[in-house]
Amino acid sequence: MAVISTPAKRATASAEVADKAILVVDDIVKRFETPDGILTAVDHVSFAVTPGEFVSVIGPSGCGKSTLFNVIGGLIDGYEGSVSVAGERLSGPHASIGMIFQEESTFPWRTVIDNVAFPLELAGLPKAERYERARHFVALVGLAGFERRYPAELSGGMRQRVSMARTLAASPKIMLMDEPFAALDEQTRLLLGDKVLQIQQELKQTTLLITHNITEAVQLSDRVLVMTYRPGKLKRAVEINLPRPRTSEIVSSEAFGRYVAQIWGDLREEASRGLLDDEKHKLEHHQ
Amino acid sequence: MNSFAALAKTRWLPAALGIGSIVVVIAVVEGLIRLGPWPFGYPLINRFIVPMPSEIFLAFPRIVVEENVLSRFMLTISEALSASILVAVFGVAGGVLLHRFALLRQATETWVAAIAAAPLVLIYPLYLVIFGRSATTIVMMGFTAGVAPTVLKTLEGLAGTRRVLINVGRSFNLTRSQQFWKILFPSALPTIFVGLRLGLIFALINIVGVEFLINFGGLGQLINELSERYDLAGTYAAICFVVLVSICIFVLMERLERWLRPGE
Repeated sequence: MAVISTPAKRATASAEVADKAILVVDDIVKRFETPDGILTAVDHVSFAVTPGEFVSVIGPSGCGKSTLFNVIGGLIDGYEGSVSVAGERLSGPHASIGMIFQEESTFPWRTVIDNVAFPLELAGLPKAERYERARHFVALVGLAGFERRYPAELSGGMRQRVSMARTLAASPKIMLMDEPFAALDEQTRLLLGDKVLQIQQELKQTTLLITHNITEAVQLSDRVLVMTYRPGKLKRAVEINLPRPRTSEIVSSEAFGRYVAQIWGDLREEASRGLLDDEKHKLEHHQ
Repeated sequence: MNSFAALAKTRWLPAALGIGSIVVVIAVVEGLIRLGPWPFGYPLINRFIVPMPSEIFLAFPRIVVEENVLSRFMLTISEALSASILVAVFGVAGGVLLHRFALLRQATETWVAAIAAAPLVLIYPLYLVIFGRSATTIVMMGFTAGVAPTVLKTLEGLAGTRRVLINVGRSFNLTRSQQFWKILFPSALPTIFVGLRLGLIFALINIVGVEFLINFGGLGQLINELSERYDLAGTYAAICFVVLVSICIFVLMERLERWLRPGE
């Protein structure tokens, strides 16, 4: 199977792609003021995601992935460019984008079912109906039988699945995930990847995953967007033409290995720059 | 050894050890008082200052029957309840206001912390002038002592809400009021309860203290009267009763917190 990759320019939100796209990220620039001067975290990033597509944005630490996540999710403002969902330009958080965070984000004072029913409660659904729908999503993420448990009684992976079910229960047009499995061990991560693939298959949920994990990006995605180290630009888009439905068994295939090598080839230089920059920064702070 | 290890795992052992250590201390005190001047030539514990625990124990039925301890208890509790309601309402509201308005917080947080650390019981003569020798003075003293820690802990709980939970709320487009009632408040509740527990205990200490000082009201006045009559066993029994009431309030608060926050 051939590895298809395109330079970043072709990943931009061209009019043709934007027409079909459900999510259009257009020419985003985000700068921060720091004690050392203005830092450009995201630099003219543009891409589009079509309905049902699973896209990953991958880059080294400090490349502005999380800033991009916050911009698309509407959690930060003061940026240039625009984010649109189904043609509607967004400003601030929007019901069409459901977010899953890197940190554990379940509500510890609510049971699993009450966590998942949270967005339905906000929508004003009657109790019986919201519990019925919440039960469906709890089962979808493989937590049937744990409805009455509190997050403190669950493992890290189970809690992230609760967060996922809560986000899915809101029926967002786009599920936006920021390294949701970063805190988990590799095996749990692969198995949860299976769960995400299964959900993706079932719901045809448009998903944008922000990650630094190449295996995870290739395992789950239809397309991987590689970012440069600071300032964060799109370096390359890699189409992942692995068959669907997939499972974690795909990681042992030859084609999978080629995709991983290809993306690592793009990332290696960026990651090295990041590491050097980090070491230099630490040295300066020690002096 | 194995049976001891199995016993150590049960929830009864810590409780048994706790009660056991109290019994041992009581027995040692009783023994030292009974020994009198032997073997050092002078008593280690003077029985005219500290009565024997057995005498204190025997004084309990007497203070219950003759000194109307239950009606005095009800009086103190009603004062404590009034002060608690004031502490809860104004303490939590104060913490919320300080969290909501950064300028107010910057301007007053140090003062509130200073008030929480101050020996506020010294203010009682002023309250006597303002409110007279009445239950109002006692309630206001309890409120004054309890409100500052409640304000501070409420503020700490709200400010300590994890950023990611606030972002979850924002991602669901919550209104300011929804963000407060559905995220900030439940997240801060355990810390608010720590503040309330501290506030109520401070309030109770001051209520009983001021009852004692102004010789008015419930259990504090009883301790004052018994001590003025040199009824040492009765005085200590009344003090023990106050301690028991404090423990009961503490345990009740803990249960209430667990009931309100079952997931913690």
